[in-house]
Amino acid sequence: MIDIKNLVKQFGPFTAVDNISFSVAKGEVLGFLGPNGAGKSTTMKMLCGFLNPTSGSIAVCGHDVEAEPLAARRAIGYLPEGAPTYADMTARGFLDFIADVRGLAGKDRQWRLDKVVDQINIKDVLDQPIDTLSKGYKRRVGLAQAILHDPPVLVLDEPTDGLDPNQKHEVRGLIQAMARDKAIIISTHILEEVEAVCSRAIIIARGRILAEGKPEGSAGWRIGEMLAGPGKLDAAFREITQARAA
Amino acid sequence: MKPMLAVLRREISGYFSTPVAYVFIVVFLFTAGIFTFYLGQFFERGQADLKSFFMFHPWLYLFFLPAIAMRLWAEERKAGTIELLLTLPIPLWAAVLGKFLAAWAFAGIALALTFPLWLTVNWLGNPDNGVIFAGYIGSFLMAGAYLAIGSCMSAVTKNQVIAFVLSVLVCFIFTVSGAPMVLGFFQGWAPTLIVDTIASFSFLAHFNAITEGVIDLRDLVFFLSLIAVWLYANAVVVDFKKAG
Repeated sequence: MIDIKNLVKQFGPFTAVDNISFSVAKGEVLGFLGPNGAGKSTTMKMLCGFLNPTSGSIAVCGHDVEAEPLAARRAIGYLPEGAPTYADMTARGFLDFIADVRGLAGKDRQWRLDKVVDQINIKDVLDQPIDTLSKGYKRRVGLAQAILHDPPVLVLDEPTDGLDPNQKHEVRGLIQAMARDKAIIISTHILEEVEAVCSRAIIIARGRILAEGKPEGSAGWRIGEMLAGPGKLDAAFREITQARAA
Repeated sequence: MKPMLAVLRREISGYFSTPVAYVFIVVFLFTAGIFTFYLGQFFERGQADLKSFFMFHPWLYLFFLPAIAMRLWAEERKAGTIELLLTLPIPLWAAVLGKFLAAWAFAGIALALTFPLWLTVNWLGNPDNGVIFAGYIGSFLMAGAYLAIGSCMSAVTKNQVIAFVLSVLVCFIFTVSGAPMVLGFFQGWAPTLIVDTIASFSFLAHFNAITEGVIDLRDLVFFLSLIAVWLYANAVVVDFKKAG
């Protein structure tokens, strides 16, 4: 459902994303790993149409992101880095705005709003202005915005950043529950999260894909040529990103 | 159309969700009153019209309207919500127009709240209400032109203060381009055609023509096309920033 081919992004002389290709199918949760500044967010911004690629192509559900931007954006739910929301609005007002923009109407609209509020567990704070909410609630409102229209493709940039362990657990449960009929990309540097929710992982650094990984049952994860036992993913991550960077 | 209305509604509620809007309206009305009664000598003139009210609008707007427009894009860029806005299925024109119309509607509300002056002048004498109506139309159109400039300048930066200063500067150039001071500078050496072109861009000239009570199609076209041009520039600036 997501097809990225030879994607390049240059900011002046600096190459942030250097010829990346991958695809994500329905039912997959792809973990996008990498040190800070690796190009994770830049890739996601291009995927969602916030930045234009320097070269290469991105298709979402068959719609080219540059040629048919609106069709592609309709298919995507996007949680940008830091989960920005309109701080002066109430959570309810904000979700109403998103529903308006997404063209949700009638019964379906109310049903989706109720469902998301229930899924994300923000019923108690619906009528509070977002800037008075705690960090965890702010992030959850951001997440609610991304899944409100039940999109076939979800792009989540560090979805659990700033959440406490219980909330992290909830959000991971939510992602797993949605995984069956969606294509999901999450970026993170929390490696236990990859083990918890992802069905595949890509490690990138300095704009390039260094390795791909998949779980191998109880044996842990196979990343590139390495086999990382359960809970040993971070050692493999360090070895890959530091060896190649040196 | 629907996403445009959603943006419009959100922006208007954005103005009124903080006390800023109310403070702004009060200060605007207060200042407009001072200009009209003291500098404009509303009573001393002994005329039943609102000329002394309208004649200061370009100068009021020069500072007030950039203050309304400065937040439109700069605030979104600062808060990061622009990434949300531009990745929602909203056509760029709809986002630009929705924001602009919200600011314009807000300015319209502030302008409409000067109605006690109109009541006063009708109570004191028998003004030509057609001329006053034309004055309001002209003032509202001119406000749109200032706001379109302000909106474009707001897209240039994520700093609202810079956006404010830039738009005051550009608005000032458009306001005074017909003044003798400016034209005198060019008249010595530039061909008449250029001098006339510069003069024709003056908000003052077009606005004064309308407040005389004559709504000339050329003046309407001037303000509306100026709005269109600046909003187009606004969209180009927003789009350009996507290239990184």
